Amino acid sequence: MATQGKKKRSAHLSHLLSFVRKEFRHMLRDRKTLLILFGMPVVQVLLFGFVLSNEVKETRIIVVDQAKDAVSQALIEKIEASSYFTVLTDSLPPTGITDAFRSGRIKAALVLPVDLQRDLLHDGRNTVQILTDATDINLAQTIEGYLTAIITDFSLADGMAAPYVIAPETRMLYNPELRGAPNFVPGVMAMVLLLVCVMMTAVAIVREKETGTMEVLLVSPMRPVMVILAKAIPYLILSFINLLAILLLSTTALDLPIKGCLPLLLAESTLFITTCLTLGILISIVTASQQTAMFIALIGLLLPTMMLSGFMFPIENMPMALQALAYATPSRWYYVIVKDIMIKGAGISALWQETAVLAGMTLLLFALCLKMFNIRLDER
Amino acid sequence: MELAIEATDLSKWYGKEKTLAVDHVSLAVKPGELFGLIGPDGAGKTSIFRMLTTLLLPNTGTARVNGFDVVKDYVEIRDRVGYMPGRFSLYQDLTVEENLSFFATVFNTTIEENHHLIKDIYVQLEPFKKRYAGKLSGGMKQKLALCCALIHRPEVLFLDEPTTGVDPVSRKDFWEMLARLKEHGITILVATPYMDEATRCDRIALIQEGRILQVDTPAAITAAYPDRLFQVKGGSMSATLRALNKLDGIIRCYGSGEFAHVAVPATATDMEQRIKDHLLAQGLTDVVVRPAIPTIEDVFIKFTQEKKA
Repeated sequence: MATQGKKKRSAHLSHLLSFVRKEFRHMLRDRKTLLILFGMPVVQVLLFGFVLSNEVKETRIIVVDQAKDAVSQALIEKIEASSYFTVLTDSLPPTGITDAFRSGRIKAALVLPVDLQRDLLHDGRNTVQILTDATDINLAQTIEGYLTAIITDFSLADGMAAPYVIAPETRMLYNPELRGAPNFVPGVMAMVLLLVCVMMTAVAIVREKETGTMEVLLVSPMRPVMVILAKAIPYLILSFINLLAILLLSTTALDLPIKGCLPLLLAESTLFITTCLTLGILISIVTASQQTAMFIALIGLLLPTMMLSGFMFPIENMPMALQALAYATPSRWYYVIVKDIMIKGAGISALWQETAVLAGMTLLLFALCLKMFNIRLDER
Repeated sequence: MELAIEATDLSKWYGKEKTLAVDHVSLAVKPGELFGLIGPDGAGKTSIFRMLTTLLLPNTGTARVNGFDVVKDYVEIRDRVGYMPGRFSLYQDLTVEENLSFFATVFNTTIEENHHLIKDIYVQLEPFKKRYAGKLSGGMKQKLALCCALIHRPEVLFLDEPTTGVDPVSRKDFWEMLARLKEHGITILVATPYMDEATRCDRIALIQEGRILQVDTPAAITAAYPDRLFQVKGGSMSATLRALNKLDGIIRCYGSGEFAHVAVPATATDMEQRIKDHLLAQGLTDVVVRPAIPTIEDVFIKFTQEKKA
């Protein structure tokens, strides 16, 4: 009995190995898809990292200096010294500002009052005016934030604050320079891994249904669980390589170091990859054609992932229904995990809840896969 | 002795309209028999195959393969049978060798272990073993598919239209291979729309519109043909048939190859001369009329025309 069991197990193992080998052959012989698989992550990381950033760099600003004294000069120099702003001109009537905004020459204006130095020395406080172009809300808010920071910093440094004034001291934790990469890299990781894993496995089983090979596989000792595993393993390996490539790119090209524990990040990523693979296989099991499977993977998953993972829009601001949907999106949990490990340097003790949710989702999806796997042919 | 394949009252319908594909079919195939399911496209052959290979559930009836129930014991059946679907179902992006060794492992065996079973076929494939299966010719593809279905020495082999789309020479090869496999004691159920292949089988079932018309040895089926048959030639086929249709006392006439076949009642006398005279009277020249031995095709046409009438 024992030897028979052993024999059976080794047979299962050799089934699996030869099936995995076959899947690798399919994958490696399909050059175009392979190029997309490896090219997409690189392009996306670079695209999001460099091009599509909401960072403020060398924004054109007008400082209307009505004071023209030592304090205003020092302030203007400080603003110019930062890499965020380029100060254009300093002598304009307040009405000229409107035209400058309209023509798009400037994105912000700073108006310094005539008696800047006197009021400061006298009352220890003064008011300056910041004008920003709010047609782009995000940019306007960022500019306002930067300018306020520079001015606050200026008055503090120069010891001009009166002893009784309570000045708020804002610190942007974990990302003081408000760089885009710390926000985008985890988002891109979640998106790319989801895309690659779900799309590739979504067609994996349905392809065999379409070409008729499933018919032969079914009438064989091959069991459904073997088919599912064999389809998932090659893509698990491929996705892991992709993951390493993304991390390498983000640490080198995007200059984003991994603060937390790398093995933990890799382990959590492997968990997320497994979740996505099982999801893709489930799609493959319930659909009848590669086209439908692709469509579901793209429209049904890519869009919600972009929208609901919290990477583009904050989940807290969404209506309840969408929030609930966001909780059901695996990438939402993974996005939090990656951000916390990479940028905050968090450990497993802070992330066990998210990890448990992902693990639970994976188990549920896998159980569904086994349950939905049709051991016979789909009937017309 | 236990039957290799035993189907009782098997039916299958599809869709909301319950289109009947298999209509209460019963079959019995003995172990080691080469059994043919002969019928035109759409007769229900593939549906019967899929029920017997556990791929589809029958709507009525039961079936057993080597004693195992196709519904309950599907796992046992899948471990034991070889199945070659009608449509080419191997991996086109794998080579001949890769396909074969993949299916060998799936069935817990190796190419070497059952090489003697496939060697006659495999020698023909060997020069192309590094070629992708998708790039093989039609006949080679079928040979590879047969090898893959045979590699684990199945107890029962199901071949669904193995020679469709294959040239006549390869078809002949193919049937010779099946005859050799029979010597290894493998039960073979083969479906084909080609009537001329029927004589290669031990026994055949004629099937049409989901119903079995007759089951027997090919010789017995043709011997039971009730009418007298003549083959007739005289000018063009259409002119011959037009002229024959005007003649009284014939049951049916139709084109078959280069001749027109004419069936007359077995009791009729002197029909050979009457047909000849009639055709000459109709102005046809070079008229040939001679007795013909009925083939499976003639039997089939008899069934079809009787159904229409």
